Amino acid sequence: MTGKGTQSAKILVFSTEKISDPAIDMAGLLKLHYPPTVYTIAVPCSSSIKSAWILHAYEKGFDGVFIAADGSDCPYGESCTEKTGKIVSRTHEMMKQKDIEPARLRMAAICSVCSESFVKQMKSFNEYLLKNSNM
Amino acid sequence: MNKKLGVYICHCGGNISDYVDVEQVKKAIESEEGVFLAKTTMFACSDSSQKEMVEDIKKNELDGIVVASCSPKLHLLTFRAVAERANINKYNYVHANIREQSSWAHSDDKTGATEKAVFLVKAAISKARYAESLEPIKIKSKKAVAVIGGGVAGMRAAIELSDMGCPVTLIEREPFVGGRVSQFDILFTTYETGKDLVTRLYNNLLARNNISVYTGAEVIENSGSIGDFKLTIKITPRYIMDRCNEGRLQKAIDACPVEVPDPFNFNITNRKAIYHNFPSEYPHKPVIDIENCTRCGECEKICESVDFSQKEEIIDINVGSVLMATGFDPYTPKDGEFGFNQINNVVTLPQFKRILALSNEPLIYNTRAIKHIAYIYCVGSRQVEGENKYCSRYCCTSVIHASIMAKKKFGNIFNYHFNRGIRTYGKQEVLYNESLKSGDVYLQSYEDDPPVVTQQGNKIVVTVNDILTGKKQMAVEADLVVLVTGMVPRADNSVGSLFKLPKGRDNFFNEIHMKLRPVETVIDGITISGACQGPKNILESSNSALSAATKSFSYVSKGELELEPIVAEIDKNQCTWCGACAEACPFDAIKKIKDGDKEIAMVNNSVCKGCGMCLPVCPTDVINLIAYSNREIESMIDALAGS
Ligand SMILES: Cc1cc2nc3c(=O)[nH]c(=O)nc-3n(C[C@H](O)[C@H](O)[C@H](O)COP(=O)(O)OP(=O)(O)OC[C@H]3O[C@@H](n4cnc5c(N)ncnc54)[C@H](O)[C@@H]3O)c2cc1C
Repeated sequence: MTGKGTQSAKILVFSTEKISDPAIDMAGLLKLHYPPTVYTIAVPCSSSIKSAWILHAYEKGFDGVFIAADGSDCPYGESCTEKTGKIVSRTHEMMKQKDIEPARLRMAAICSVCSESFVKQMKSFNEYLLKNSNM
Repeated sequence: MNKKLGVYICHCGGNISDYVDVEQVKKAIESEEGVFLAKTTMFACSDSSQKEMVEDIKKNELDGIVVASCSPKLHLLTFRAVAERANINKYNYVHANIREQSSWAHSDDKTGATEKAVFLVKAAISKARYAESLEPIKIKSKKAVAVIGGGVAGMRAAIELSDMGCPVTLIEREPFVGGRVSQFDILFTTYETGKDLVTRLYNNLLARNNISVYTGAEVIENSGSIGDFKLTIKITPRYIMDRCNEGRLQKAIDACPVEVPDPFNFNITNRKAIYHNFPSEYPHKPVIDIENCTRCGECEKICESVDFSQKEEIIDINVGSVLMATGFDPYTPKDGEFGFNQINNVVTLPQFKRILALSNEPLIYNTRAIKHIAYIYCVGSRQVEGENKYCSRYCCTSVIHASIMAKKKFGNIFNYHFNRGIRTYGKQEVLYNESLKSGDVYLQSYEDDPPVVTQQGNKIVVTVNDILTGKKQMAVEADLVVLVTGMVPRADNSVGSLFKLPKGRDNFFNEIHMKLRPVETVIDGITISGACQGPKNILESSNSALSAATKSFSYVSKGELELEPIVAEIDKNQCTWCGACAEACPFDAIKKIKDGDKEIAMVNNSVCKGCGMCLPVCPTDVINLIAYSNREIESMIDALAGS
């Protein structure tokens, strides 16, 4: 919750070192702005993200978690899309059990040059979280 | 676990400090647990800053360092090297990206950017606290490089690699090497012909016994990774025997009933399905274009060298690195774009170059004597509405050069250049000067008010509101309109997808960083060079080819490679083998083994690629990825959450 008096939601992004993190870097390079309360942790591949990390983030106060997935560009293979999808659905189930609204976890494939799409995702997720969450 | 850490926060000139209050960041983190010293620095990557870090580490016996600066894609390796020079393990270095992901991304919100930078640095410090000293994994690297594409860039790179003692496989898709340069006559700035240049390079290739050249060849499969790429190549035969009777062959060509537009001449002439190379293409061996051949058998009846029994060949090769040099296509204007394909005598620059090469005095095209030539610049480049926002670089020079050549070869030619500002950078400016002195007329317009080409009866008229004369409307009656078309990525660039190469905004293959890592791609072991990376002239293509050759060689030269020791680790005391991890692993790196009387999973470190796909599927959470362990990630989350 920071910025020029405007509130923004605290979002943790799991990006991937070879695909989506370069896109997030390029968003900066192009000065495409998104809320400054979006923080990124880069991992090698979006299929390596543990549900426990995501749940940990909510526990520590993050409003939303976004997986900037490799999608079909994953350098480790085509199975990535499906595997990341499974992580999300498994985590959604766990969130329900813990009474965390599943919509607070989002995922989208962000290719290595998809900076604009990343920024769009962040803006709409931020808006959603500000509007709908019982933050 | 009580580490002594040094933290450096970079101004990056003003790139960071114009938006992020770096002093405030320093204050906010200097009392974090483990931080022994915290400093701000104008340029962390400068020699003097690096030296200071080395001294700090040695003098204070630091265990690790954090540098908060630009993206790790630029300087992670720089600062790891600093750690090594100071005799600490390089994996005790942690990077915080406060430029691309803070100062630049939030240049609209300085307070927000500064707060974010504080959190990012705190997260990096948390990670550094748990960072372990690691030794790189060593793997064998096959000392051989595959060069894909046999244009100037590919040939130049192959020669350079060969000079360094590296075996090379050069794979050219067309039946001939030479690429685009073979299509052009006199070149600027050297004034040699495309033929001279290609001949020189080809003879040089042939003189070496560590280069294998395959023409008509395409990579159809790729597996493996840096140090050990396994490529499958499909080679299309020529359907003509090696030694052939030229006289009879010519008769066979004459007899061939199939005529198709000749791509060598950019479709302004036709060729047969059985055809000979142009003198600037190598090898000098005829070929049958099997895709267009109707198998009517006419050529076979005349020439005994025609051999339809030749079969496609599939070969497998194993190389340590792949160098991509697949070049570009000239932009093809849309129907009606400045009259293209609708008004006679509207051609593209590559077509014009071929017309000049093929014509003898006087210059005639489509039965029209050519005296007045209008050149329309930036067609397919610097587009306002289209996709190609970039400048194609070569075209201003090339068209001015071609217009001078037209005057020299045919005399009595009048040139009118409808440009959007001339970009004959560097020494090429001399050519522009020569053109001006020779009386060529330059008319200029902005992108929102381009020239218009119309057919008026028999006449072709080009009009423009010329900004050099206060937007006065000027009209030129032209015999030929040359559309100065830019460069676009190859229409069939599927080889890029085969290697999963990322593309930039311009859709050409993308390097990691234009200045700092200009020929490397995010796919380890694959380098790019020449015009497949973006518009380049021959000099620039050759320079990048030399650079890519050196980089590719560095991956294979020692026969051994050091890889990041980022592999999965299984806690063998807790694993009770369920097989989920082995099933999730795309590389077959996890196997079941016996450990005493129980079965457990074991990771084969030389096969594990460190993707981490096995982590989340473990029902008992006993797999961690080195450098991304639960405690590292969770401590980073804690820091970012401010808890
Ligand atoms: C009209 C015109 C005039 C020019 N005049 C000049 C000049 O005077 N001076 C100058 O310096 N520059 C000039 N240039 C620029 C010059 O043509 C380029 O710099 C040069 O061709 C780039 O070389 P390259 O090897 O990167 O690409 P290319 O010449 O395009 O060669 C690429 C090669 O890769 C092959 N290939 C493509 N895909 C595959 C695949 N999948 N598998 C295997 N092989 C593949 C192609 O068949 C081709 O042989 C001109 C360009 C144009 C269009």
